[in-house]
Amino acid sequence: MTYIGTATSRVDGHAKVTGAAKYAAEPKVADLTHGSVVTSTIAKGRIARIDVSDALQVDGVIDVLTHTNRPRMADTDSGYKDDVAPDGTPFRPLYDDRILFDGQPVALVVANDLETAQFAASLVQVDYDEEPHITDMQRQRDVASVLKAAAEPGANPFAPPKPRGNAKAALAAAAVRHQGEYSVPIEHHNPIELYASTVMYEPDGTLTVYDKTQGVQNVQRYLCGVLELAPDHVRVLSPFTGGAFGSGLRPQYQVVLAALAALALKRSVRVVLTRQQMYGLGYRPAMVQRIELGAKADGTLEAITHDAITITSQYEHFYRQETGWSGLLYQCPNATYAHRLVPLDLPTSCDMRAPSAATGVYALECAMDELAFALGLDPLDLRLRCYSDRDQIANLPYSSKNLRECYRRGAEAFGWDKRNPEPRSMRGGSELVGWGMATGVWEALQMPIAVRIALTANGHAEVSCATSDIGTGTYTIMAQVAADMLGLPLDNVTVKLGDSTLPQSPVEGGSWIAASVANGIVTTSESIRRELLDLAKQVPNSPLADVAPDGVRITDGKLVSNNDPARMVSIADAMRHGGVDRIEQEQTTRVPEDKAHSHNTHSAVFAEVRVDEELGVVRVTRVVNAVAAGRILNTKTASSQILGGVVWGIGMALHEEALLDHTFGRVMNANIAEYHVPVNADIHDIEVIFVDEPDESINRLGIKGLGEIGIVGVAAAIANAVYHATGKRVRDLPITLDKILQ
Amino acid sequence: MINFQFTQATDVSDALRQIAADPDARLIAGGTNILDLMKYDVERPGRLIDISHLPLRTVEETPSGGLRIGALVPNSDLAYHPLVEERYPLLSSAILAGASQQLRNMASTGGNLMQRTRCLYFYDTVTPCNKRVPGSGCSAISGINRTNAILGTSEACIATHPSDMCVALAALEATVHVVGPSGDRAIPFADFHRLPGDTPEIDTNLAPDEIIVAIELPPKGFAANYSYLKIRDRLSYAFALVSVAAVMELEGGRITEARVALGGVAHKPWRRMEAEAALRGGAPDRAAFAKAAAILLHDSRGFGHNNFKIDLARRAIERTLTQAARGTPQIQAVKKIR
Repeated sequence: MTYIGTATSRVDGHAKVTGAAKYAAEPKVADLTHGSVVTSTIAKGRIARIDVSDALQVDGVIDVLTHTNRPRMADTDSGYKDDVAPDGTPFRPLYDDRILFDGQPVALVVANDLETAQFAASLVQVDYDEEPHITDMQRQRDVASVLKAAAEPGANPFAPPKPRGNAKAALAAAAVRHQGEYSVPIEHHNPIELYASTVMYEPDGTLTVYDKTQGVQNVQRYLCGVLELAPDHVRVLSPFTGGAFGSGLRPQYQVVLAALAALALKRSVRVVLTRQQMYGLGYRPAMVQRIELGAKADGTLEAITHDAITITSQYEHFYRQETGWSGLLYQCPNATYAHRLVPLDLPTSCDMRAPSAATGVYALECAMDELAFALGLDPLDLRLRCYSDRDQIANLPYSSKNLRECYRRGAEAFGWDKRNPEPRSMRGGSELVGWGMATGVWEALQMPIAVRIALTANGHAEVSCATSDIGTGTYTIMAQVAADMLGLPLDNVTVKLGDSTLPQSPVEGGSWIAASVANGIVTTSESIRRELLDLAKQVPNSPLADVAPDGVRITDGKLVSNNDPARMVSIADAMRHGGVDRIEQEQTTRVPEDKAHSHNTHSAVFAEVRVDEELGVVRVTRVVNAVAAGRILNTKTASSQILGGVVWGIGMALHEEALLDHTFGRVMNANIAEYHVPVNADIHDIEVIFVDEPDESINRLGIKGLGEIGIVGVAAAIANAVYHATGKRVRDLPITLDKILQ
Repeated sequence: MINFQFTQATDVSDALRQIAADPDARLIAGGTNILDLMKYDVERPGRLIDISHLPLRTVEETPSGGLRIGALVPNSDLAYHPLVEERYPLLSSAILAGASQQLRNMASTGGNLMQRTRCLYFYDTVTPCNKRVPGSGCSAISGINRTNAILGTSEACIATHPSDMCVALAALEATVHVVGPSGDRAIPFADFHRLPGDTPEIDTNLAPDEIIVAIELPPKGFAANYSYLKIRDRLSYAFALVSVAAVMELEGGRITEARVALGGVAHKPWRRMEAEAALRGGAPDRAAFAKAAAILLHDSRGFGHNNFKIDLARRAIERTLTQAARGTPQIQAVKKIR
């Protein structure tokens, strides 16, 4: 293979740095109008009165849409259910007078230009009948609803797993026990691109929608449901996405507002949210997790209990399986889990990078560190003593698991063997130095996907699929795989994605697209090769006349016999004699059947912190993240994924927190000046290592995907390093300096 | 943002005329704070008077051996000015501790003094705030007040002044030169900013019809023993939880003069002459620094989330004084605390 596995630069890199790549708020549209959203300033109640008269007076204002004058919308929940909606009653933007959360859209002011719309939006007067709201998880902990364990594996992948053994008895009998409660605050995705939709009202009344999303077909179906439109009346495009991290899995309200306005006005409309309004969308749920571990004196685990309390809205039940990671990862005969859900007067929580693992594994890996100290064992040694080659929940071997090599190579690169095990024992000048580590784990998921390939006689291929590239490098890996499968130079491959009219794709999430779409390209390439062979056989005295369908490969623009490379027909000749100038194939690829294995990615994270103890200032000076994620398609974009995950993990450990004022039910730091993410000064050396992990059964190229794994374990490694440095165990994130000084 | 008029002043007297004629007008120089506030609808001026082109961009030595800094000198130019780096390195250091290079390139010297608080409630027009809407109440006292003041607060307001540069100017005892309809006047730096009292909407003693034209530094720059230490929630690009500007003169192992100003803890840069007097004549040791810190923080009060700032301030004062005494000032480009 020429391209797979190499550090290929992004095929869309030039377009991105030159501005040729157009994002959802950028297409040039004739006669475009601009919408500005007015959002609620209370967390619960009803709109008593909404006065838009001042706004309408402003020169340049075209209309103000509210629940009182909007066009017709669906009146059943099913109309608002998107492909990945959780159970419950989906939010209906601008539907009625009910206020469900602070920051809810209550009006859209549409004007000839953005500035006029924004000014007029400030003149909309809304009076509310307020009702008491609750946004404080701690106040509701005891009335949280219990999630039932799944009756059978796979029935509800997000409910807690079924318990095994008798954890309670095993804990009571354990030689060494640890228990701890770990909390994570609400965190926001903060993609750099604001949520935006440009809805073009076409002459025939159909809508062409440029939207920021991780799933164009999800948005397309959702809009048809909400607006009660026929499928061919809405086309959704999202050729480029400036980060999303899970926030774009579900359609966001601006696309509904823009489409409603376009239908009402029969005009094209653009709506861009403000940064502040982005904090009224989904978020990583705040949570409290309690973990109890029991072990024999030799460090082998006897029992695990993992309880989680997570938050959601009052109208939908969003949750992910935080607790299962504890049951899966380490060898342990007894495990129980509990998950309770706290509904609050907030928007529904949602997926955010490595949902459930970034948080669940954080708690588990901090607890494992505490257990290691209680046992007097090196934290890495404890992990090795509990190492499992089988998925402990499904009780299956892995298709591949090279975590052992992650530990070895990560520790070697970090210099872990030079660690003094004693907390507070290592110093660098005036600072305490701490070394911590953690394991990371994520699922290697795949989804059914369809890929179309058109190959022309001049040896150019167009590969298309309705998937998204949310900045991860999907364009590039699709081009690499297609170039190798079709034996073409990379420059001869054009990739089309982010268009709802293209072949079917799931939403881009869960790290499943790289494996799914690459596998899809392999399948469709085979169809292309078979069709090409049929054509090649029509060449007079064809050298490939008696070759079986699988007996050829495509190399350098030629169909070549595997057994006798001297026998070949060029693509151009095959098509000429077949009387065509292009061939096209579209195939749907199912997820490869492999029920004999579990499929996961793993990592070992090592972190160094330096702490000024007098002032509580923590610096993360080194991180090594060694990752086992099957075959790496592109070492350059893959490294970037892991680097980004580590940076985010540093933010999760030290900085990120939405500050809710429970009196107002409102996020008070709804901007990226006050909601802190790491800046350059916070980031020092980060080393990414990919260990070899051949995988014969997961799919034909052995690909697993790695969008999520980079963040998993990072916050735990840092928290553990802070403990090693200071002897202080901070169990509630973020680890701000006041918690060190306490 | 609301619509507004935009005019340019041709000279200082024209600016004075324009601002006197329109009480709804605000001056704009670098715009690094006013535009932000306008986008958040916190400030709603009917007119912006652009003074960025006025000839107030020079740094000149004064006859007495001090420095006169034009009000429109950009923060970056000032921080890297050879005379400032050589004679007033505390000022240089404090400026470089603030904002980002891009913001410092735009921000003006006079504008830095006029920055408004970063209290979360001041910035959110939905919530009550006495500084933004007098009489509406203070949401921060019982709300999210991690970054709010611990000194000089009132029942009406617990906001802090966000500037780093001003903390250094307070320690250096700068003078603010202003002009108004009735002529020039000089305001000692300590008198420029106000405590909130029951009029938190008024940040400074600059009259609405006056304009800052220059900042004057006295000859004494304390270039040998100084430090500016800023403690914040990430290692750059965040406002101070606590910052300390400390300078001293040493002779024969004794402190002959010392000044300490605190940022991030009050409605204005915080000094206490008694603390500085207590340092004078003594040895530059930890016990003396602890005593000075105790005096500086006397009467400090937390409001819940910001309780930790009292202890943090004490530690930061002691550390900064140590840095200054040793002649090992904090280097802003290096995030390790010395």
